[in-house]
Amino acid sequence: MSATTERPRLAVGRIGERLPREDAVPKVTGEFSYASDLSTPGMLWGDTLRSPHAHARVVSIDVTAALGLPGIHGALTHEDVPGKKLYGLEFADQPVLAIDRVRYVGEPVALVVAEHPEQARRALEAIVVEYEPLEPVVDMERALEQEPLHPDRPTMGHGYRDDRRPNVVRHLVIRHGDPDIAGDVVVTGTYELGIQDQAFLGPESGLAIPDGEGGVDIHVATQWLHVDRDQVAPCLDLRPEQVRLHLSGVGGSFGGREDLSMQIHSALLALHTGRPVKMVYDRAESFTGHVHRHPARIRCEHRATRDGRLTSVRMQILLDGGAYASSSTAVASNAASFGLGPYRVDNALIETTAVYTNNPPCGAMRGFGAVQTCFAAEAQMDQLAAELGLDPVELRLLNALEPGDSLPTGQVIEGSLPTREVIRRAAALPVPDQETLPRDPLRLPGGTGNTTTGEGIRRGVGFALGFKNICYSEGFDDFCAARVVLHADGSAVVHSAAAEVGQGVVGVMLQVARTELGTDEVTLAPHTTATVGSAGSTSASRMTWMAAGAVRDACRAALEERERRGGGEVDVERVHRHPRTTPLDPETGQITGERAHVALAVAAMRVVVEVDVELGLTRVVWVGTAQDVGKAVNPLALEGQIEGGTAQGLGLALMEEIVTRNGAIQNASFTDYLIPTALDMPPVEIELVEVPEPDAPYGVKGVGEPPTVVSTAAIVSAMRAATGRPLTRAPVRPDDICL
Amino acid sequence: MLAHVRIDLTVNGERREGVLRGGESLLTFLRDTLELPGSKNACEQGECGSCSVLLDGTLVCSCLVLAAQAEGHDVVTVEGLARDGALHPVQQAFVDAGAVQCGFCTPGLVVAVVDLLERMPHPSDDQIREALSGNLCRCTGYAKIFDAVRLAAGRA
Ligand code: FES
Ligand code: FES
Repeated sequence: MSATTERPRLAVGRIGERLPREDAVPKVTGEFSYASDLSTPGMLWGDTLRSPHAHARVVSIDVTAALGLPGIHGALTHEDVPGKKLYGLEFADQPVLAIDRVRYVGEPVALVVAEHPEQARRALEAIVVEYEPLEPVVDMERALEQEPLHPDRPTMGHGYRDDRRPNVVRHLVIRHGDPDIAGDVVVTGTYELGIQDQAFLGPESGLAIPDGEGGVDIHVATQWLHVDRDQVAPCLDLRPEQVRLHLSGVGGSFGGREDLSMQIHSALLALHTGRPVKMVYDRAESFTGHVHRHPARIRCEHRATRDGRLTSVRMQILLDGGAYASSSTAVASNAASFGLGPYRVDNALIETTAVYTNNPPCGAMRGFGAVQTCFAAEAQMDQLAAELGLDPVELRLLNALEPGDSLPTGQVIEGSLPTREVIRRAAALPVPDQETLPRDPLRLPGGTGNTTTGEGIRRGVGFALGFKNICYSEGFDDFCAARVVLHADGSAVVHSAAAEVGQGVVGVMLQVARTELGTDEVTLAPHTTATVGSAGSTSASRMTWMAAGAVRDACRAALEERERRGGGEVDVERVHRHPRTTPLDPETGQITGERAHVALAVAAMRVVVEVDVELGLTRVVWVGTAQDVGKAVNPLALEGQIEGGTAQGLGLALMEEIVTRNGAIQNASFTDYLIPTALDMPPVEIELVEVPEPDAPYGVKGVGEPPTVVSTAAIVSAMRAATGRPLTRAPVRPDDICL
Repeated sequence: MLAHVRIDLTVNGERREGVLRGGESLLTFLRDTLELPGSKNACEQGECGSCSVLLDGTLVCSCLVLAAQAEGHDVVTVEGLARDGALHPVQQAFVDAGAVQCGFCTPGLVVAVVDLLERMPHPSDDQIREALSGNLCRCTGYAKIFDAVRLAAGRA
């Protein structure tokens, strides 16, 4: 290539460019319409009566008095569900409305619909439900001996290990090599994590509009339109095409919109009244209206040689799935598969049990099982480094998992996994100097709430490494459709049902289409089940890969088609699939084909904290992180994912926990459930490590989850360094760090 | 239920009137009666700032203000910031800096930053963090929001 060749200048909006979002303008002006902003003439308001009991028999429900109140257009119970009475994301174990038993506080029992939300609220108070309280199962350990909450064992018989103990959702054992093999040193620990909430800002909301022909259109904030449709239609006793799901503006999701909230309820009310019905949860209802991150108890034993090589790891992971299965079986698998961290370990025994209890249902949240085990495994690595007198970064480099190595499931890593590079790049980021005292109280742990001049401050530097799968696993038939319409004037419209929840997939799809079609004249059609096939879920860090693949394939097919026809308008739909996976063997936890996971992504994080050990307050001073991203499609959006994902991990390290008493949430508000504010977040320095994923379109990897996986572990590691305390529980409480 | 009362007030420079329902908040009145849904309802408890508006030039959580209290007063919402089709410089800075993800916090934050820069045209990083600490954002980790504030301040 000649030195004088000019580099081709890309037009605005192609892959790899640093771009503002397409939807940012309507979002800054207030015009962007979220689910809670929807309205239509003649609209009624629905509301939900929820169980006050964690566990009770429902003796009777009487809605008569509610029906007589002003403005009321209906009150429905399970008897009014025309089709299937049970639904669920993976296993239909959850009643649309409680039938004869309630299993958690907040479980939907009855619905009302009224002219005005206030009338609906009053009508709920007029419904008489007779309950016979039962003893709640609230301890995940004891759950395995108590009365089964789901005697019909809905998750068994799906290729999982048949575990006869009561309340087992899934029991998974991964046995790799000889776990009994000895090491020169042994470190053990038991770790615990509380329940974290997604706390997306846009509350659950939807608008259901009857189509006049027996069907219904549901406008809703969700993560997967088609899977919602496939759960809703059977409960309404309708064919899938009679139920159309349309994506409204989504105010964040982070896993909390994978399960249904009011989709079936609003549609029932709309079909019952023949009028559009809107439902909006307030913040307190939102806390019971979606699943949470599983709380966990994790026992670990790590053995290593004197020079620091891991010889064997044992882990026992217990996850509280709460009242219904949701995605607990997959969370359990992820916790087990990634439990060891991105380290080469030839011998391991990992046992994971997810249980049913009468606690709030748990399911998907950003990081999906890997967050919990990363916290435990990284604490073990720090302990091991201390025991051996090794530098924690060196210990991680020595054991780093790289392509060619095997996961404990026997899967050989074939794609990209630049673990060492990520460790080195994060470790090389220079940490800031300690600030002198006295200083502005805003820069003390606890901010202006700190009543001292900082005498109790101890500084600590921590490090952690985390990894997770990209895309769905274990044989799930994962695909994503996109449809491209090329107009005769050269412009194009892309149809996709890929849910934009704030992460920026709309931008990715436009960048791909503009790159492939060589034009900026590309627009996106509204996301709906009505005009295009399923995109799969916005979860598992899969949507960038899957939507980019689908849009790329559809664009290329459209261009070919136009070429073949010699011009004119073309309209093609294509389905993209990633490499096939197969299930894990139910007895050994080993792969039954080439792979159970499609691809992996790794992140390393270095953190500086200051802990005020007199007051029990922590300030995260600085975060430096390196992340394996495959290919940065839009660095601006990618940095936003890393910064935001880090903030959620910081929340779990320091402040976020749903507190329950006998199964009932005690802190369902932003007054009592704290999430990080502008004062809590440190600067985040970011290194992007781009090693293309060979099987992925343009080499991309998902980027949303690794920062959340690693940051809780990294922050608590720094707090251990500052305090010398073992800090085995997240979130860390003030008492844990007062010396 | 309380008697229905008619109020009038100025919203985004226009005289508006409407009938109040009981003790409804200014937020509900703006969203449901005046059909200005730009101000968001993420907590209705004064904890998140998504509902931030300017009331006679003062930043308030509109969920904590009774609509009746706004009678005769001047309210500016996020919908009132763009002029003649051009974004307000703060809005433009939010777009350019990548400060928007899901955007649910954005209207409240934009209003809060307009207020901050009016009071303090060149805030320090700590002043920015303190001024925005009442506005929760779950998506961004705030870094790009701080960038947007610096960008808007630098362009002024
Ligand atoms: S809605 Fe007003 S502060 Fe949250
Ligand atoms: S961008 Fe989603 S809450 Fe701020």
